[in-house]
Amino acid sequence: MLAWTAPVLADGPSTVGRPATPAEVKAWDIDVGPDFSGLPKGSGTVSRGMEIWEEKCASCHGTFGESNSVFNPLVGGTTAEDIKTGHVAALKRTDFPARTTFMKVASVSTLYDYIRRAMPWNAPKSLSDDDVYAVLAYLLNLAEIVPDDFTLTDATIRDVQQRMPNRNGMTTAHALWPGPDFPGMAAKPDTANAVCMTNCKPKAELASQLPEHARGAHGNIAEQNRVFGPVRGQRTGPDSAAAEAPSPALALAEKSGCLSCHAVDTRIVGPSYSEIAARYRGKNNADALVSKVKAGGEGSWGAVPMPPQDELSIDDAKTLVAWILSGAPQK
Amino acid sequence: MSKLRPTGEATPRTDPLVPGADALSGRLRRAPENFLTPEEIGQVGKGRRDFLRASFLAAAGATAAATLGGRGAVAADTAGDPDILKPTPWGSSLGQPVAANPYGLPSKHERGLVRRQSPGLTQVAAASVSFAPLQGLFGIITPSGLHFERHHQGWQDIDPTRHRLMINGSRPEFVKTPRVYTMDDIMRLPPVSRMHFIECGANTGMEWGNVAVPTVQYTHGMLSCSEFTGVPLRTLLEYCGADLKAAKFILAEGGDGSSMTRTIPIELVMSGEVMVAYGQNGEMLRPENGYPLRLVVPGVQGVSWVKWLRRIEVGDRPYAAKDEAVHYIDLMPDGQHRQYTSIQECKSVITSPSGGQQLLDKGFFTISGLAWSGRGAIKRVDVSVDGGINWTEATLQTPVLSKCLTRFTLPWNWDGRPALLQSRAMDETGFVQPAYGQLRAVRGTRSIYHNNAIQTWQVAESGDVNNVQIL
Repeated sequence: MLAWTAPVLADGPSTVGRPATPAEVKAWDIDVGPDFSGLPKGSGTVSRGMEIWEEKCASCHGTFGESNSVFNPLVGGTTAEDIKTGHVAALKRTDFPARTTFMKVASVSTLYDYIRRAMPWNAPKSLSDDDVYAVLAYLLNLAEIVPDDFTLTDATIRDVQQRMPNRNGMTTAHALWPGPDFPGMAAKPDTANAVCMTNCKPKAELASQLPEHARGAHGNIAEQNRVFGPVRGQRTGPDSAAAEAPSPALALAEKSGCLSCHAVDTRIVGPSYSEIAARYRGKNNADALVSKVKAGGEGSWGAVPMPPQDELSIDDAKTLVAWILSGAPQK
Repeated sequence: MSKLRPTGEATPRTDPLVPGADALSGRLRRAPENFLTPEEIGQVGKGRRDFLRASFLAAAGATAAATLGGRGAVAADTAGDPDILKPTPWGSSLGQPVAANPYGLPSKHERGLVRRQSPGLTQVAAASVSFAPLQGLFGIITPSGLHFERHHQGWQDIDPTRHRLMINGSRPEFVKTPRVYTMDDIMRLPPVSRMHFIECGANTGMEWGNVAVPTVQYTHGMLSCSEFTGVPLRTLLEYCGADLKAAKFILAEGGDGSSMTRTIPIELVMSGEVMVAYGQNGEMLRPENGYPLRLVVPGVQGVSWVKWLRRIEVGDRPYAAKDEAVHYIDLMPDGQHRQYTSIQECKSVITSPSGGQQLLDKGFFTISGLAWSGRGAIKRVDVSVDGGINWTEATLQTPVLSKCLTRFTLPWNWDGRPALLQSRAMDETGFVQPAYGQLRAVRGTRSIYHNNAIQTWQVAESGDVNNVQIL
């Protein structure tokens, strides 16, 4: 082990842990940056990418990267003009419905890095480096950034960067980025409010209210609030409580005080109902148990006697015994 | 808009979780005169106390609206509250033994307050979000089991004995000897514990353009606050001999399927605030929150708090990871995206009363809510009950900590007339939370992230509270 051959350090927290081996670093250091540092050597064609795509990607993203059923569309909304300018014009339009990945992403490295580490979604990191080149080549072709006969390699990817439709579409000139090397470091917050306390405006006008159709879209809000305290939730849908109603026999057991000493799966004072059901399974002695519930008993399960249940009717005792022998279902 | 219930109209309210029970049964209300017929009085006289109780409660329910302001006085013609006069089941039977729930669970009566998804928000549950039930929480600490969730590739319950943290450099000179830590190693190091809020950058993101969801759980519930325990990342990097002068950024990477990566500026790390955390509220992190190790980046949106943290890379330029280049970017009206937007600016919200609720009664209430800022401590919170025309300074509950939730309260006497509740927070930098009009004037309406506008709850005469927006 490397740790054993490392130089002996003075005792202290910096001696905790051990050096990583070069193979370990190589296995995990898989990030690819915008300057293409970390990019592995390799290549993939558009046509090879299409084969992998249809096998492993299309079910979530659609054959043409257009699907919106599992994830947002990857491709669409960009033009040849955008490739020239590096700005996706549709992002200025308030009437444009979707924002696809290629409308937003500025660096092609981002796509290589993410496909390599996280795709396919249900089997991340199962693609080889060449597979990643191929899949990315196919995607770039779908987005009309590279031609059908293109081969994406660690060299040609640098040319692709110059054709990314939104490569100039990002700014760091804002105050929400705390890094020192961007204009944002000097930027002030872009919104401001004043601490006015009285007569701050002539009146309060509602600009927006919850649409009627959205009122019940989140289920019954009465059930999403506490049932005591200063407020209740509004009733916006049917109760789910009925479906969760406890078994009537359970309610009977609770009312009759049985649950003070018995639980379904835990021994409290007396045996659990599961234990009782297991002991009497297949034996035809429900009537004897009914008598025992009524009259009380001792000795069967330990030193603590079961008190008689004088007030329990025979019918209720039968109900309880049948329920216990059936495994004491909660619902 | 809600179907408002005219004041005085009989409205039966039943306990939503206990069919047949009355939600108001905890409150006795003055019975209206002559609500029993002579015949019924005769039955009572014969000792039918159950009948009396049922009639009494039915009358109380039927006149709930009419008795707004009734203060729950015990009716003069009854002996009192049956829950006082009669033995209770819990006061007259044997309770559960110790450790019947070896971990412990909330009361079954609290089962309404759970994390919930917003229907239709995401297409697939493994890449989705669940919201914390802010409408029912107290104080500032979020119970670990209610901490909001946001996963990009499903959550994992990683075997802590097999989890590793690697620290390396993007170039060899940044970290000359890359190191590997097991959980055994990390938990030997001197820990710190600090309380911080975590807010998803998309919190309130559904409401950039208009009101979209009914309750504070869905408007603001991608917000939680915990005491985190771990090792400052700066200390770990120093142990590794990292060149913290050459370093400008670090990359944090998760150990789950998505191996989520985020760029963190070295200034935050050097401040000592960024923490490699394993503890949350006194226990280990919950799996949904990154067990056994996550990054804690106070003041910065949740996506940077990389869960299941497996690697820290020291570098000299930002990484443009997928979530820094495709998702967590803010679209401005001119078509430019703001990239690396991370700080959660000063924000607040009233949680009680809040959207989807109804006030039980006229009279005294305590307005209560939460305020927070990614730039430091909350300095003050003002509350308006008239939609921002007039404001009153609220009381801040202690502790008031930097980059931590702060609870505020204001006593309020509701006179039964419509009201518009707002809160407006200011942080220690002097920044004051903006109104919707002020936010939209700069950023438009098409962003998803970093909506910190003032929230308005409309209280109707019926007592219903609804989500509305005021510019």
